[in-house]
Amino acid sequence: MKQRIGVYICHCGGNISDYVDVEELGKMFHHEENVVVSKDVMFACADSNQKDMVADIQANKLDAIVVCSCSPKLHLHTFKNVAARAGLNPSNYVQVNIREQCSWPHSDRPREATVKAAGLIRAGINRVAYSESLENIELTVKKSALVIGAGVSGMKAAIDLARSGSEVFLIEKDFFVGGRIAQKQTLFPTNQNGKEVVAFLYNEMKKFPNISIFTGATVEKVSGSLGNFTVDIKVKPRYINPNADKKAVKRAMDECPVSVHDDFNLGLVERKAIYKNYPEALPDVPVVVAEALKDAQDFTGKFASTLNLNEEAQTLSLIAGSVLVTTGYDHYQPKEGEYGYKTISNVVTLPELNRLMEMNPEKLVYNGKQIKSLAFIYCVGSRQTKGDNKYCSRQCCTTTIHTSLQLKEKYKDIQTYHLYRDIRTYGKQELMYAESSKQGDLYFKYEEKEMPVVSVDGKSTIVKVKDYLTAKKEMEIEADLVVLVTGMVAREDATTISELFKIPIGRDKFFNEIHPKLKPVETVIKGVYIGGTCQGPKNVSESVQSSLAGASKITALLKSGTVMVDPITARVDADKCTWCGKCSDVCDYTAIKEVLFGEKHVAGVNKAVCTGCGICAPVCPENAIEIAQYTDNEIESMIDGFMMDFDIKEKGAGEVVEVEEEGKVGMKEYPLVWREILAGMTDEKNTIPEIVANTKLAGELVTFHLMTMNRYGVVVPAGMDAKETYYYYKKK
Amino acid sequence: MSTTINQSPATKSPKILVFSTDKISDPGIDQAGLRKIHYAPSVYVISLPCSSGIKPKWILHALEHGFDGVFIAADGHECSYSSRCADHTNTIVETSQVLMKEKNINPRRVRMAALCSVCAEPFMNHMENYGKILASLED
Repeated sequence: MKQRIGVYICHCGGNISDYVDVEELGKMFHHEENVVVSKDVMFACADSNQKDMVADIQANKLDAIVVCSCSPKLHLHTFKNVAARAGLNPSNYVQVNIREQCSWPHSDRPREATVKAAGLIRAGINRVAYSESLENIELTVKKSALVIGAGVSGMKAAIDLARSGSEVFLIEKDFFVGGRIAQKQTLFPTNQNGKEVVAFLYNEMKKFPNISIFTGATVEKVSGSLGNFTVDIKVKPRYINPNADKKAVKRAMDECPVSVHDDFNLGLVERKAIYKNYPEALPDVPVVVAEALKDAQDFTGKFASTLNLNEEAQTLSLIAGSVLVTTGYDHYQPKEGEYGYKTISNVVTLPELNRLMEMNPEKLVYNGKQIKSLAFIYCVGSRQTKGDNKYCSRQCCTTTIHTSLQLKEKYKDIQTYHLYRDIRTYGKQELMYAESSKQGDLYFKYEEKEMPVVSVDGKSTIVKVKDYLTAKKEMEIEADLVVLVTGMVAREDATTISELFKIPIGRDKFFNEIHPKLKPVETVIKGVYIGGTCQGPKNVSESVQSSLAGASKITALLKSGTVMVDPITARVDADKCTWCGKCSDVCDYTAIKEVLFGEKHVAGVNKAVCTGCGICAPVCPENAIEIAQYTDNEIESMIDGFMMDFDIKEKGAGEVVEVEEEGKVGMKEYPLVWREILAGMTDEKNTIPEIVANTKLAGELVTFHLMTMNRYGVVVPAGMDAKETYYYYKKK
Repeated sequence: MSTTINQSPATKSPKILVFSTDKISDPGIDQAGLRKIHYAPSVYVISLPCSSGIKPKWILHALEHGFDGVFIAADGHECSYSSRCADHTNTIVETSQVLMKEKNINPRRVRMAALCSVCAEPFMNHMENYGKILASLED
């Protein structure tokens, strides 16, 4: 138990002390048995106070500190660092949130806010009294990274990682790199061809000898943890003799008598059983669908020295310090009959239209008919209030409008109709929407409760829509081609990757980051990051941004050679444990395994893998598991602290705490910046620019602090200058 | 200062202990404060990594030491640790209720609801509604 505790209660300017009697609390806790220092401070986070805290800790030999201020989300690490600078273990620090969870929500009841703050602070003192000095766990990090998925996000990340000097393994499930971007004709706003971007990135990668690319490769097994993952991959055979003459390979492709489903062109056409996704696809080696050629013995006999149909898959073990997952997305596949898909012959999806456009350079032809008019139905498979995909896929409005512009540019005489719920061409993309409207594209707004209906009338395909822009008038549009604007969904094999790496999956079935704003590319698995659309719908720019963020995180990690990880993990009391295995069953990270403790079988925790989630603790029938910093003693003593009765002012319940006399400064000394401002003021009247010139502080900072100083009566306004531009302030 | 454990005289509102989570519901509760959305000062919050890590003995401890109710602001499907979080937390509630019945504590004194990282108003509504329910209980 800690016996020399320091307690700091923050005014936060007035954010806390306007409602909570901070000075009274400071005095009250000074009398506690195990509290050596108890102070109220104007700004706990101010540099001057941090220095004072360091001095206090050292002078009073404090063994723990409690700071009662704002949310720990803001300053937990600030004060942990203060503790560390003073030579105190950062685990012996507790932050109590008396602002977001006390003074602000209870600003209507100051006395009760003060009573609650007293309980919160008491709970903090109780908790810190039980705190243990924990040491971060140091792990050695191998200087190699594994990137899974060689789409634009994965390739760009691999280049950045390689440039920083790390060894990079890039694995791609397909036999060719590029992912979805290779299926795009042109990209907004540069109008670059997707295939050119792929070729550029691939050629960049080839300049780095420290990048190893494995295509046709899948992850089979993962072991190890942050700093030292062992990932077994299976590399499927291409069945092409590596020493074969290139011309012979080309001849084999041309003469191949068997056709198979063309995945790259979404099944719109077939391709030869020896294929490349497209002529310029990289790596520049075709793939053989060996099973499809088993009855074509004449052909395989002719090219016996070119083909190697006995080639076997290889299994390799890769060692990586960290992993970046950039496995991308799948297109939403409409159900049969959804807006006539697969039941009406001229209904296609937007990705299918993009492939058709590439295959039809002169005239847009589908099912033998030239297409002159297209009706796009937006939000198919996205924003489903009753379906699984409740999210917006972000990029489909832009892609559709960009496609519409490309259609007119490429085929000239063509009319497009857009049936939308809301147009979400955010940012620069809005310009494209304006251009589309100017060129005569027609837009009709529908609502989810009254969806468009696609039907056949003789030889015509009719789309009926109630247009909310014209008082819900029902419009009938005859279209040569109906295009379903399908959104993004998580990849079908996302669950496999999730199970291998233990990456949590969200309700939308995409991979989950720890926090969308604060830890947007980190997963709860230490050392495993996510980037691109495997995390959720994104456009190309956003995908690359997130994968580069992941690459930067990994670079920082690998550069150091070692990494310190949080000591907040599960621990097992071997005396109590009877190894029933329940803790291991609920652990999604396989962090708990049966181990021998002497001759006893007990649960053992791999601290490098444990996330400290605590899911294992409640299921233990012997109560043998605790999470560091969330022990029974700590939590139950907090509950006891909340329940203590505080005689705040001995004035009886329900009485309102007296408001401080106006202008009284409730603090021991002014913050450093206030002192600097006061030193920069003359005894006469001062304008803000004059103070700024005297102090060299930023104008905004002076303005901000003068407001508070004025509120506390440290300075007072003294009229305006001759041009009535600035207020004068003078010291009070 | 007295250190006896009893109901605070400062408030007549039921005393509610909330178990929140660091990354999901606690930011939502913080946001209620940031936006000066008022709820009863008799609501106290303990933040944990994950709602699946709450021990039933902690819930019992709170109820036996003066709290009128325990509210679990669960991660639900947003949990960054486990896709089974909602099920795990639900099991904890059920286990707690069995233990509570054994001690003649009304099982309604523990409640669970998913709360997101921006659920400021929903938190206030939950506290108001749960406060009313607890005030009406006579066990």
